[in-house]
Amino acid sequence: MLSVILIILAGIFFTGIVIRTKSIASGRKGPGLLQPIKDVIRLFKKGSVYSETTSFIFQIAPTIYFSSIIMAMLVVPFGQSKGLISFNGDFIFFAYVLALGKFFSIISALDTGSSFEGMGASREALYSMFAEPAFFILMGSLAILTGFSSFQEIFSALHLGSYVSYAIATLATFVLLMVAMVENSRMPIDDPKTHLELTMVHEVMILDNSGFDLGLILTAGYLKFAIFGALIFNLFVGMVSYQYAIPLFFAIEAFMAVLVGLIESFMARFRMSHNAQFIVALTSVALLIFFGVLLVSGKFL
Amino acid sequence: MNAVIIFIVVLVLTIFLVPFLNVKWKGIVLLTAIAINTMISGNIAILTLIGQTFDYALSGSWSTGPIHLHIDALSGWFMLIINFVFLTGGFYGFSYMKAYRNQKSNLSIHAIAFILCYSALISLSVIQNSMVFLIAWEIMALSAFLLVIFEHEKVMTIKAGINYLIQSHISIVFLMLGFIWMAYRTGSYDFSAISAYTASHNSANSLVLFICFFIGFAIKAGFVPFHSWLPYAHPAAPSHISGIMSGVIIKIGIFGILRMLMIINTDYTYVGYFILVISGFSGLYGVMLAILQHNLKKLLAYHSIENIGIIGIGIGVGCIGLGNNNLILASLGFAGALLHTLNHALFKSLLFYATGNVYQAVHTLNIEHLGGLIKKMPQTAALFLISAIAICGIPPFNGFISEFIIYTGLYQSLQDATLVSLILIIFSILGLVVIGGLALFCFTKAFGIVFLGNERSKLPEKIKEVPFIQLIPLYLITILILMIGIFPDLFMNLLLEPTGLLAGKKVISTSVFPVTTIIAMQEISWATWLFILVALLVFVIRNLVMNHRKVETLSTWGCGYSVPSSKLQYTAGSFVRTYSKLYGSILLTYRKEKEISGIFPTSGHYESHPYDKIEKWLVDKPIKAYKSLMGKFLFLQNGKLQIYILYGIIFIILTISIPLIYEKLFLFIDFLKQL
Repeated sequence: MLSVILIILAGIFFTGIVIRTKSIASGRKGPGLLQPIKDVIRLFKKGSVYSETTSFIFQIAPTIYFSSIIMAMLVVPFGQSKGLISFNGDFIFFAYVLALGKFFSIISALDTGSSFEGMGASREALYSMFAEPAFFILMGSLAILTGFSSFQEIFSALHLGSYVSYAIATLATFVLLMVAMVENSRMPIDDPKTHLELTMVHEVMILDNSGFDLGLILTAGYLKFAIFGALIFNLFVGMVSYQYAIPLFFAIEAFMAVLVGLIESFMARFRMSHNAQFIVALTSVALLIFFGVLLVSGKFL
Repeated sequence: MNAVIIFIVVLVLTIFLVPFLNVKWKGIVLLTAIAINTMISGNIAILTLIGQTFDYALSGSWSTGPIHLHIDALSGWFMLIINFVFLTGGFYGFSYMKAYRNQKSNLSIHAIAFILCYSALISLSVIQNSMVFLIAWEIMALSAFLLVIFEHEKVMTIKAGINYLIQSHISIVFLMLGFIWMAYRTGSYDFSAISAYTASHNSANSLVLFICFFIGFAIKAGFVPFHSWLPYAHPAAPSHISGIMSGVIIKIGIFGILRMLMIINTDYTYVGYFILVISGFSGLYGVMLAILQHNLKKLLAYHSIENIGIIGIGIGVGCIGLGNNNLILASLGFAGALLHTLNHALFKSLLFYATGNVYQAVHTLNIEHLGGLIKKMPQTAALFLISAIAICGIPPFNGFISEFIIYTGLYQSLQDATLVSLILIIFSILGLVVIGGLALFCFTKAFGIVFLGNERSKLPEKIKEVPFIQLIPLYLITILILMIGIFPDLFMNLLLEPTGLLAGKKVISTSVFPVTTIIAMQEISWATWLFILVALLVFVIRNLVMNHRKVETLSTWGCGYSVPSSKLQYTAGSFVRTYSKLYGSILLTYRKEKEISGIFPTSGHYESHPYDKIEKWLVDKPIKAYKSLMGKFLFLQNGKLQIYILYGIIFIILTISIPLIYEKLFLFIDFLKQL
């Protein structure tokens, strides 16, 4: 339960911090930290425009996308306190319930019959497919390392002892961060601030959404980032007591948001054709972690 | 014993009755017969799932020896799947075949082949005599052939049918090889003799025997590289037959493999490695080709190969568990495989029936021509969507449950494994994840292009939903899909017996599954309910809020262009373009294009035909080489009767003279030796 509240709190500020960092980096003052939330509240108050091409899929898809993110949020633990849903193999549920949301956001993009949105749907489907293997191999490696197979048990049993395990943790952070970037359609895979439909991935899929539905999709996006931040937090802080863990959680989330902002300020998005290669490289890094874990646990001998 | 007799009597009566009835009654009698036999066999099958076994001994004839029927939980599980799929398939076919009402004699053959195929499948799951098993196998193969070529006036259909016929006979050759070998060694046709023989001989011997059977059954099941008949046969058959073929006929191959695993005592670890590699490859290859297909049924056929791969991964994990004496691993692997067998039978038959509805409405299966069907056929679209989500293994439907169990098995086996199996297992996980991702890619394409957007070509004017009676079987399947997704722990209980049987645990005092998995199933059940609740809540709030807001309907955003034509939409080809470029080296696509060029441009066109690289190298090239070799002897067949008579005379002379020459040759050699 604690993790849910903390993730929601972090989600409120996360995107604000990213936007603020980008503003400062480009020499502007930038909007307030709560501006994204104000945008969402404004959207909730607005009416909607629906395309005449769309069907009921387009009506239910934002709801299901949002609910899938909520379900994923319930699985994530906080330190030694379990998530609301916790069982052996819950990370499989986590990944697959996110896939459900993705499925619906893709078909809702196709529902509009727009070629732009079809393009975005195709790219989103392809890219997210490449990010998942890295996540599963990472979890598999951690499962070998700790001997457990649920989020909470893995994270609380994770001890960073030797030098090799520091290397593993660094690589794991990199993988998780990059998976978060792919899943949230951020730089270097996708640029949320691009203004040409042809170069968008995620943004172009929601071109026709408006009003309450768009608000749901945006909120889901904020939460999704905070969820991955929480996972990275868990990687480092397994068994710290709450009075240290909670400030640390916000510190890590804020650090991650600033990092994302900086990456987006100083890096250009990859060429579309390079994205696939990049994401395959991510899987290779995950495999590297796997072999590192084999080394640590002495299975290589 | 009575049950067996009634079963056969009903079968024989139906076969003799059907030709003399009018078209409507053919269907009714057929369905009634299948319903009666379903009740008989289903009753026994359910009893086996709670721990009973049934043994019948038929006297047989001098050529077969005594025929032993043995119904255990494994047979029971497959019998239930066969019964359910044939019942719903027959029901669906009853409505689907109304369009062919005037082909009276053709329908008679179809009905007879239908019940023969059903009975053969049921008997295959109980027969313990290799000779009779092969006969039933042949009946099954031939009747399935007749079912496939219902529209035999089409060239493509008859070609696909013959392709299937040939390949299923290659499968029989391998099975015969195995059975003859065993009959020669043991002098008995009974399966228990094989079991005894392999237990007392070295494992290399039984490994070869197992591989022989595996190839035979794998051709039926559609493992890569033995799959090339499958993508032809499925699209050629009428939709209810495609559903049944994909749902159960290929599953009998899985049954065979599982049965052989129980009978043959061998080194299960190596068998596990072998199955794991071939299955991972099948799964990946199947889905990779599925994405490229333009024909909806062909796309589904390649997905059958993919799902056979997933089932195989489960079996592989189970075998590794058996080899390492790890009961938990074995039970998780086999349970996942068995449950996925059921799940695939459900969602794949549902997908094929929904596709059948689409075909009846628009008379084409080329997805590039379709679009926007959701508005005209909302129920079919919703059913297709549910099965599409289920086949991607996404919660809250049944596909997730079986894939979850296989995943749990894989992750469980990471804990205590040797280096070789660790690497194999991590690549199996990788394979399973990529298969899932690609399946999502494929089914968003299939559903999105067929049902969403606007129609991409001129479709018939009046497209309407099929009558409700035709949708009933589809809803029945949907209920079961939802049940497995929402109450997985219920179905885990049903799986206890067959899994225990395969995992080699005879005593059923405690559960064969680890407690954590049972808990996980309950948690998933809760999570599913919670998900439904959250989604409903959000949706209700959304609708309440929206009631007070202004809602408009306008055209889709076209970047400022307000009259976009439906031709501007994304097509299936464009949806997969990045993908096909990415994997261009593995895949094989024949393209024909004419660019638009010049100052006064004329029309251009673009065609692409995905093809199977393995089929090209493994089937087409050898056949071409064989043909060119045989072509060298073409001069012999010159159509002149006199010369043919001459061949006959030469043959007779040779048969008489060869022994004589042979004798003389010996004399000559002796003479040489004496020198």
